[in-house]
Amino acid sequence: MPDTAVRFIGVNKWFGQFHVLRDINLDVMQGERIVICGPSGSGKSTLIRCINRLEQHQEGRIIVDGLEIDDDVKAIEDVRRDVGMVFQHFNLFPHLTVLENCTLAPIWVRKLPKREADALAMKFLERVRIPEQATKYPGQLSGGQQQRVAIARALCMMPKIMLFDEPTSALDPEMVKEVLDTMVGLAGEGMTMLVVTHEMGFARQVADRVIFMDQGQIIEMNAPEEFFGNPRNERTRLFLSQILR
Amino acid sequence: MSLGEARQRHGRSPWNSVRLRGVALQVLLLAVIAALFYALALNTYANMASRHIVSGFGFLWRKSGFEVSFSLIPYTAEDNYVRALMVGFLNTLLVSALGIWLATALGLAIGLMRLSRNWLASRLAAGYIEAVRNVPLLLQLFIWYRLVLTPLPQASSAIILGPAALSNKGLTLPAPQFGPGVWTAWLGLGCALLLTVALSFWGQRRRERTGVKPPVVLLSLLAIIAVPVLFLAAAGWPVTFDYPVRGNFGFSGGMTLVPEFIALLLALSIYTAGFIAEAVRAGIGAVARGQGEAALALGLKPGLAMRLVVLPQALRVIIPPLTSQYLNLTKNSSLAVAIGYPDLVSTGGTILGQTGQAIEVVAIWMVVYLTLSLLTSAFMNWFNARHRLVGR
Repeated sequence: MPDTAVRFIGVNKWFGQFHVLRDINLDVMQGERIVICGPSGSGKSTLIRCINRLEQHQEGRIIVDGLEIDDDVKAIEDVRRDVGMVFQHFNLFPHLTVLENCTLAPIWVRKLPKREADALAMKFLERVRIPEQATKYPGQLSGGQQQRVAIARALCMMPKIMLFDEPTSALDPEMVKEVLDTMVGLAGEGMTMLVVTHEMGFARQVADRVIFMDQGQIIEMNAPEEFFGNPRNERTRLFLSQILR
Repeated sequence: MSLGEARQRHGRSPWNSVRLRGVALQVLLLAVIAALFYALALNTYANMASRHIVSGFGFLWRKSGFEVSFSLIPYTAEDNYVRALMVGFLNTLLVSALGIWLATALGLAIGLMRLSRNWLASRLAAGYIEAVRNVPLLLQLFIWYRLVLTPLPQASSAIILGPAALSNKGLTLPAPQFGPGVWTAWLGLGCALLLTVALSFWGQRRRERTGVKPPVVLLSLLAIIAVPVLFLAAAGWPVTFDYPVRGNFGFSGGMTLVPEFIALLLALSIYTAGFIAEAVRAGIGAVARGQGEAALALGLKPGLAMRLVVLPQALRVIIPPLTSQYLNLTKNSSLAVAIGYPDLVSTGGTILGQTGQAIEVVAIWMVVYLTLSLLTSAFMNWFNARHRLVGR
């Protein structure tokens, strides 16, 4: 069992002419919580979307839980089964109930019997504290509730790694806390997490390391006390002064 | 001068009332339509009187005196016009139902190919859609008719495939002749269908309990074939076959699938599939990208993500244009008259020529096509309502 959950080695990626990821080298240990911040267009989302191959990298190597991601279809399927993802816009399936959203992948991918999948889904819906919404459709829930369902849906696949792509950016302010509380709880249980967010309070409380990205590069990476207390790079300082007012 | 003073100086006209204007416009429109219909009726009546045509549907029970090349029910020139129209109606129904089925399957496949990331597949599908949509259907019908007919030999040198024969007169097959015990076959088929329903429930339950899906479709197919055959065997096999016999001008006996039918079916389904493919593409394009990504991120394979997550949502957008295409296909089947496939318009046209009862025949056409179209729409609307999303 390797200690590294995710390893980026010299990764480069272009969108057409645009160089989104420049020479990314990063090792994420098992159980580590990483927060990634940076201005929009800096490549943070692209970085974590490369981990479950929603984006393809063109140069370098990415190794997830000991398995290299290349164009091998089976490897990608195996990685996706073990890596959960939570999106900015929730991306719940609107034609399925909350419970069906949670049981879809366990039934069709893990081939669980329906009764077991239902029990599993209810367990995680209780964990995110909305079991009473199980029979409703996503369109009937508030944004915060939807995002908590999305977290439960990802957890139902028993992932080893969780990716969060700006999970609170599309939420009304009063709903941000309920989602962050759920994530803090998850971090307390030792889940490996990579979180793209601008919630610096969350970063201080939970992160083992904070990464600052700009123009496709990792500019600065440090423990939160060091990162916020003594930022070394000029661009990091400028960014922090803009978001921490 | 204030606005109020200016208004007062000009005075108030009742014509400025929105309500009055609305009512007046509707009364006017109604009057125009009524006048048009009155003129039409008057004209028709005068023409019929001058030609001594008696209106009414009594002529329908007279002997038809014409043969048709293809019929699903027993029919000879001795039968009456009602029977002839019935033959035409069933032929229209057959080619429309099969055409809708084929066009949907082909359209879905081409639509998905069009969206494929495979460059060649996508270009091929685009080429198909452009070619099919931009050539008149009548022309395509002639092309298919030629393509189906050309490679086929004269009846005198037909290709013999066991008991079947293939020639430019069509595919001739032995026709089953049923004896008195044939109801056992229908009973068997009924039992098999019930068994299929039971099998699908059982398959669903079994998948929910164990996570593994048994081969329900295969078992169902087996049941539908095997059960009626077993019932027939138990009843002492009351089926004989009428084998086709070669004569001087083709075959007599047996039953024949005419080339006109095959050409019409091909032309209708291939043409309509092009439009359905575009509807499928639009529908899938309307589903948010994140839906497919979320499904993939959960570990679903691309095919399953499409089937379980993207397509069910795309259906909401696909169904309304799909309904139009189904209606179009049904109505376009009347082009059958151009190649001599005896559909409703073709047989009706012959009757019109023989009897001169234009109004009655046209009325029958209109009622039949309207009924078919309304039934199709009603079914599709019901189907659409089932796929509506629940919101707040």
